[in-house]
Amino acid sequence: MEYEVVIGLEIHAELSTKTKIYCGCKNSFGSEVNSQCCPICLGMPGTLPTLNKQVVEYAIRMGHATHCTINNVTKQDRKNYIYPDLPKAYQISQYDIPLCENGYLEFMVDGEKKRVGITRIHIEEDAGKLIHADSFDGSLVDFNRCGVPLIEIVSEPDIRSPEEAHAYLETIRSILLYLDISDCKMQEGSLRCDVNVSLMPKGSNTFGTRCEMKNVNTFSGAVRAIEYEMARQKEILDAGGVIEQETRRWNDAKGVTELLRSKEDAQDYRYFPEPDLRTIYIPEVHVEELKATIPELPNQKIERYMIAYGLPQKEATLIAEDVSRSHFFERCLEGGKVAPKSVCNWLLGDIAKVLNERGCELGDLALTPERLVELISLIDQKTISTTSAKTVLECILDDGEIAIDQIVKEKGLAQVSDTAVLEAIVAEVLAENAKAVEDYHNGKTNVLGFLVGQCMKRSKGQGNPGLMRQLLEEKI
Amino acid sequence: MELIQKTAAQLHRLLRDREITAAEITDAVFAQIAACEPQVQSYLALTEASARKTAALVDQKLAGGEDLPPLAGIPIAVKDNLCTEGVTTTCASKMLYNFVPPYSATVVKKVEENLLPITGKVNLDEFAMGSSCENSHFQKTRNPHDLSRVPGGSSGGSAASVAAGEAVLALGSDTGGSIRQPASFCGIVGLKPTYGAVSRYGLVAFASSLDQVGPMARSCEDAAMLFSAITGADEMDATSCDRGHRADYRDYLARDVKGMTVGIPKEYFGEGIDEEVSSAVMQAAQVFRSLGAQVKEVSLPSSPHALSAYYIISSAEASSNLARFDGVKYGYRSEHYQNLQEMYVNTRTEGFGAEVKRRIMLGTYVLSSGYFDAYYKKGKAFQSALCAEFDACFAGCDFLLTPTVPQTAFKLGENIDDPVKMYKSDICTVPVNIAGLPALAMPCGRDKQGLPIGMQLIGPHFGEDVLLSAGHHYEQATGYQFTVPAIASK
Repeated sequence: MEYEVVIGLEIHAELSTKTKIYCGCKNSFGSEVNSQCCPICLGMPGTLPTLNKQVVEYAIRMGHATHCTINNVTKQDRKNYIYPDLPKAYQISQYDIPLCENGYLEFMVDGEKKRVGITRIHIEEDAGKLIHADSFDGSLVDFNRCGVPLIEIVSEPDIRSPEEAHAYLETIRSILLYLDISDCKMQEGSLRCDVNVSLMPKGSNTFGTRCEMKNVNTFSGAVRAIEYEMARQKEILDAGGVIEQETRRWNDAKGVTELLRSKEDAQDYRYFPEPDLRTIYIPEVHVEELKATIPELPNQKIERYMIAYGLPQKEATLIAEDVSRSHFFERCLEGGKVAPKSVCNWLLGDIAKVLNERGCELGDLALTPERLVELISLIDQKTISTTSAKTVLECILDDGEIAIDQIVKEKGLAQVSDTAVLEAIVAEVLAENAKAVEDYHNGKTNVLGFLVGQCMKRSKGQGNPGLMRQLLEEKI
Repeated sequence: MELIQKTAAQLHRLLRDREITAAEITDAVFAQIAACEPQVQSYLALTEASARKTAALVDQKLAGGEDLPPLAGIPIAVKDNLCTEGVTTTCASKMLYNFVPPYSATVVKKVEENLLPITGKVNLDEFAMGSSCENSHFQKTRNPHDLSRVPGGSSGGSAASVAAGEAVLALGSDTGGSIRQPASFCGIVGLKPTYGAVSRYGLVAFASSLDQVGPMARSCEDAAMLFSAITGADEMDATSCDRGHRADYRDYLARDVKGMTVGIPKEYFGEGIDEEVSSAVMQAAQVFRSLGAQVKEVSLPSSPHALSAYYIISSAEASSNLARFDGVKYGYRSEHYQNLQEMYVNTRTEGFGAEVKRRIMLGTYVLSSGYFDAYYKKGKAFQSALCAEFDACFAGCDFLLTPTVPQTAFKLGENIDDPVKMYKSDICTVPVNIAGLPALAMPCGRDKQGLPIGMQLIGPHFGEDVLLSAGHHYEQATGYQFTVPAIASK
């Protein structure tokens, strides 16, 4: 039978606040084990949490960016479960009144606009980490991550393909980055997701039984987990079986999902209102103030890039989705010295290639928007050729000090537009390529390209190609 | 001059006038501890060296002519569920037998800042769960008025130490009556402040929405002095707050009772309350009348259900608060286990006493999916209803007057096998915690056996000033004078 997949995602994003959610400890990754904790985040007897307001503000901003209703009066709840990485034996989270709810997100998939509902966004604290060392018989606990603020973003089951899931995740990630509320470093675990997957017969409106997959730590992992789960569930259904509601674990190394617990073993978290914290009241004025801080988001940027700058959708999307790239792009256009399309080509071409090869980000380069603009202007002014510009780019990627004209001068990259010099080259090339000249006069005008190439070669790439072509046409 | 018979206010005046030294007071208290601790058994740990150091500092400052806080040099005992940096904080549980916190409770810091020598850590029912101090893992504290009787609980060590002269003041905590009931049994004054009036930071939580730290003292004036030292908003406790009161509650003591209205909630004088207790409290009402107050009957019809609601809410929160004691990070860990699950189970089975386990099970049950609405949610709904009833009373009354406990101190072992009978000892005190109100427990006579009877003055939120001044006037009018019972002064 043909099936349609129904997907819902729960994304946990660590917020990049200065301090943790309930104490004054620094919220930082990569510190020495158990160095970023205090009696409060260690849940020691008698200690009490106090809420970091910045966490609430960050979460409200995410709520605004995803068109959620913000609950002005909300509370925090205890989710009770015992595990060695959870020192209080409960996680402070939100249960029945999330900070934000009933929103949606729109994004493009295969040129079509897709809308996915956002059920809720709530705030909660992260747990510590268990470390299993070979040298030690038992497990060790690193509590540095305890109390790191998280938002959980729960989608409606509106996603209908692995591609849509991927696009949704990318969109969420780019919004978090645009809002500058999470660094979204998946390798550091600051963005994680749980994936809910079910199948229903094509054309049906009744959802099948879903399975939840935990431990999905990369976007590609999410796609593969969904594909695996679709195949697993299809096989069961095709064989006349029924899907059991389960929590499964994505094993990224093996590329399979494994049973974690069945519905019968579902944990009872015994949620109840956190008595150590007061009800959160957020005045409507403050909610509106936070709304005003929402920057232009990728979707709006894509549209603007297409309309105002005439960029094709694909290019507009590639630039807008990457917050550092779009900031770079927009800074290049300040002052209107260069064409948006040129900047776009450089960013998505040579620069993107370098970033890809190095596995780094724009911010890691010494290259500034001002310097890229200077470089492009030199091409526009025909001072250097595009080929030469690539050589210059190589020099200024990592050197922010060296003057561009100095490179042009030292490497002899200046474009030659001196007619006398070029005419001499043209004369030589025409003399040495009698056959091509003959072909040209017999109507094969496309050999002109070949002849331009020969001239450029002879000028060591420095000749002005347009001028060269013009001279060739005159002299041939 | 018997220093151990004096109130903190009297000692303060003697110190101020340089008639005695803080060292002499501390000497007298530790001498009394040495003499009667074998019988009374209030203390789980003594901190004599640091107490003497504080006393010496006070004397040095006084000699230098410095202006000191009113309670400087007055020895105080601290309930062992309040964290004290560098000093064991056991909650009278095997689970925390070796727990030395690297931080102090905010109230302990305030006591230290006010230069009160801390004599030591005093006994309680394990994790403050109980009404007799018999649930302590370590020892059974005795009532200084009759050593065969309990001092009450859970702040039994605090009450017994103050009554026996082993401390002049004590810090207790009150979740359902844990300051007031032992104060009543031991014939001293205990104030359960408004929820939020005193920081809970560093108080090992039993039921977070009900717990409050409060003073236990020999007079209302003493209680006012200690309350002044510990009250106030604390940025470490999000549930604490300030209400703009005067810094020194003694300033309110002179305020006249004349013109006040005292409410007598009829539900607190009926069945289950000893005749002797009811009549002593009714006599106290007459005293207030003679001082010019109006006395009128009021009703809190929901009160009989308060005990049930209390056991739902407090146990629910306790089950969550006590889940962290798992043997992983600190405290007791079972020696018998093969895996993580066994370590958890054996640690908690061996580390907790019977009453604590009973409440954890009760609390886990009421929070369980499918039972939450029937119990916890109902308990919280009851809380709102009860608050409304209290509000209605306070619309026409300045404070309410009730017995503190239905009877006087019972014998050790008398109620130990009957938890429900034990729970009923708190029937007059729990509604106050559920409504978050302040209440003052103080002596109002003796029964035929010479045991102290206590009355309870309940005020509106942040009405501690009213309670303390009314209590103070009562003491003045009746010529009440604190005395250390003979049995402990031998």
